[in-house]
Amino acid sequence: MDKGIEIRWHGRGGQGAKTAALLLADVCFKTGAYVQGFPEYGPERMGAPITAFNRISPDEIRVHSNIYYPDLVVVVDETLLRSVDVTAGLKDDGAIIINTEKDPSAIRPMLKEFKGRVYTLDARDISVKALGKYFPNTPMLSAVVAVTGIMEWPVFIKEMRASYEHKFAKKPEVIDGNMKALELTYETLKEQL
Amino acid sequence: MSIKDRMSGNEAVAYAIKQIDPDVMPAFPITPSTEIPQLVSNYIANGQMNTEFIPVESEHSSMSATIGAEAAGARSLTATSSCGLALMWEELLVAASNRMPCVLALVNRTLSGPININCDHSDSMGARDTGWIQIYAENNQEAYDNMLQAFPIAEDEHVHLPVMICQDGFITSHAVQNIILNEDKDVCEFVGEYNPGEFLLNKGNPVAFGPYALSCYSMEAKKAQEKAMEDSKAVIAKVAKDYRERFGRGFTFFEEYRTSDADHIMIIMGSAAGTAKQAVDDLRNQGKKVGVLKLRVFRPFPGQEIANVLQNCKSVAIMDRTESYNGHGGPLSSEVRAALFESKTYPEVVCYTYGLAGRDFTVEDVYEIFEELENVSSNNNISIIQHRYINLRTKEDR
Repeated sequence: MDKGIEIRWHGRGGQGAKTAALLLADVCFKTGAYVQGFPEYGPERMGAPITAFNRISPDEIRVHSNIYYPDLVVVVDETLLRSVDVTAGLKDDGAIIINTEKDPSAIRPMLKEFKGRVYTLDARDISVKALGKYFPNTPMLSAVVAVTGIMEWPVFIKEMRASYEHKFAKKPEVIDGNMKALELTYETLKEQL
Repeated sequence: MSIKDRMSGNEAVAYAIKQIDPDVMPAFPITPSTEIPQLVSNYIANGQMNTEFIPVESEHSSMSATIGAEAAGARSLTATSSCGLALMWEELLVAASNRMPCVLALVNRTLSGPININCDHSDSMGARDTGWIQIYAENNQEAYDNMLQAFPIAEDEHVHLPVMICQDGFITSHAVQNIILNEDKDVCEFVGEYNPGEFLLNKGNPVAFGPYALSCYSMEAKKAQEKAMEDSKAVIAKVAKDYRERFGRGFTFFEEYRTSDADHIMIIMGSAAGTAKQAVDDLRNQGKKVGVLKLRVFRPFPGQEIANVLQNCKSVAIMDRTESYNGHGGPLSSEVRAALFESKTYPEVVCYTYGLAGRDFTVEDVYEIFEELENVSSNNNISIIQHRYINLRTKEDR
């Protein structure tokens, strides 16, 4: 990582976009990076559109504003494409990852003039297969790592296992499911990378 | 030894409180400071602290209980934000006038209305004349470092005043960033044991706190309080120096960032100072001689020291994250201009109001302000707007 990366997350209250941003900061911290993970706070309600942000950098991070020109946008809920300008300020050489069952070619017409890379991921399908429930944030988090190459994949897997083992010490049955969700995401995205 | 970690500002302050392990913490929750008492009560429940936690029914009570505990001889602190601080108002003055060396972890949030939960400095700035020492942080690291310095300043025999440790609500309190923590034993050594001297529960030497005083003595009490605030400057400087020597971080009254040869200087407090420093680096790369003075201590106000830094510059932007409704700028603007006048230093000055109620403040905003300063100081005929709002919606934006 020569220079930093700025990421903007779009999700709906309760889907875990903020948690995913904090988890990403966490795992990048473990690889020695400078990190920043924060949500934009408003009147929080389940289902309302929310935004969260990450700055990951080899240098100390001093800027405390929101991110207006991201390198990467993550859309955790496809229905936001109709109401939120998700590609606003997104760099032309940047990328967007969308949680949907559609192909990138079907999504691109909904992204205005955006010329950069478009990735899609059916996080629901992956989550249900791996965890038996719909938690989109684990697949979306691993999609960010797969797409950006922000760290080596095996390093990511190792760090995530350690963090799940710590977090779910009393619920070990959840660990394997989450690890499976990470791997399934990579398998699914591989052909788009 | 220091420990590399990542934490939010609230987590950092709660961790500092755990390490300080004060005797008493009364608290009442309010966004965005709620996590501080929440995390501290977790530490207590897990047996990691010995603090007596008192859940109270309002902020008026949390400050009253803090004062009561402190008067009894216990090292005491609380935390709050915004309307919580407003409800403490009466007690803030009682704490300071009774010379209680208690501590308040404040997470800055705007005051109503419109009803809004986001950051500005209207809560602590409104309390600037209550007799509390006020120290502000740029990020989680400074919130942590400042918290550890609070009791050594407050409890010094030349001070004996309450200390408010401020950080920006959400922007700092809820942002996870890298941080360097100190070892528990080093913190213990630095903060030291509390020896209250005179206190209520001292049966050998009974004293009274908070008595009625007629006009024949009240004014002397106020003057003594004012003297303590003046004297606190030397103590704040000494504690900051000790902290720097031991842990390698921190500033005294302010940070001077690329100011020594700067033609144009921005004075700013809190998280926005980080954004301003980034912008200064960008502008320096274009050959512009600009700098930032990040104010750490607002009370006592280091006016002479600030004027010294501004002596040779052409223009100054004073950034207020609150409105004073005096018709010409915020509280920082008034203080800095008074200090400049007193020291007979007369750069061009423009006062800016920014970031009210969480309005974002970006590096581009800083570029714009420095461009304006350059115009102001290079063109003597320009009519200078002395007070301007940054990032305000115009009719077209609506």
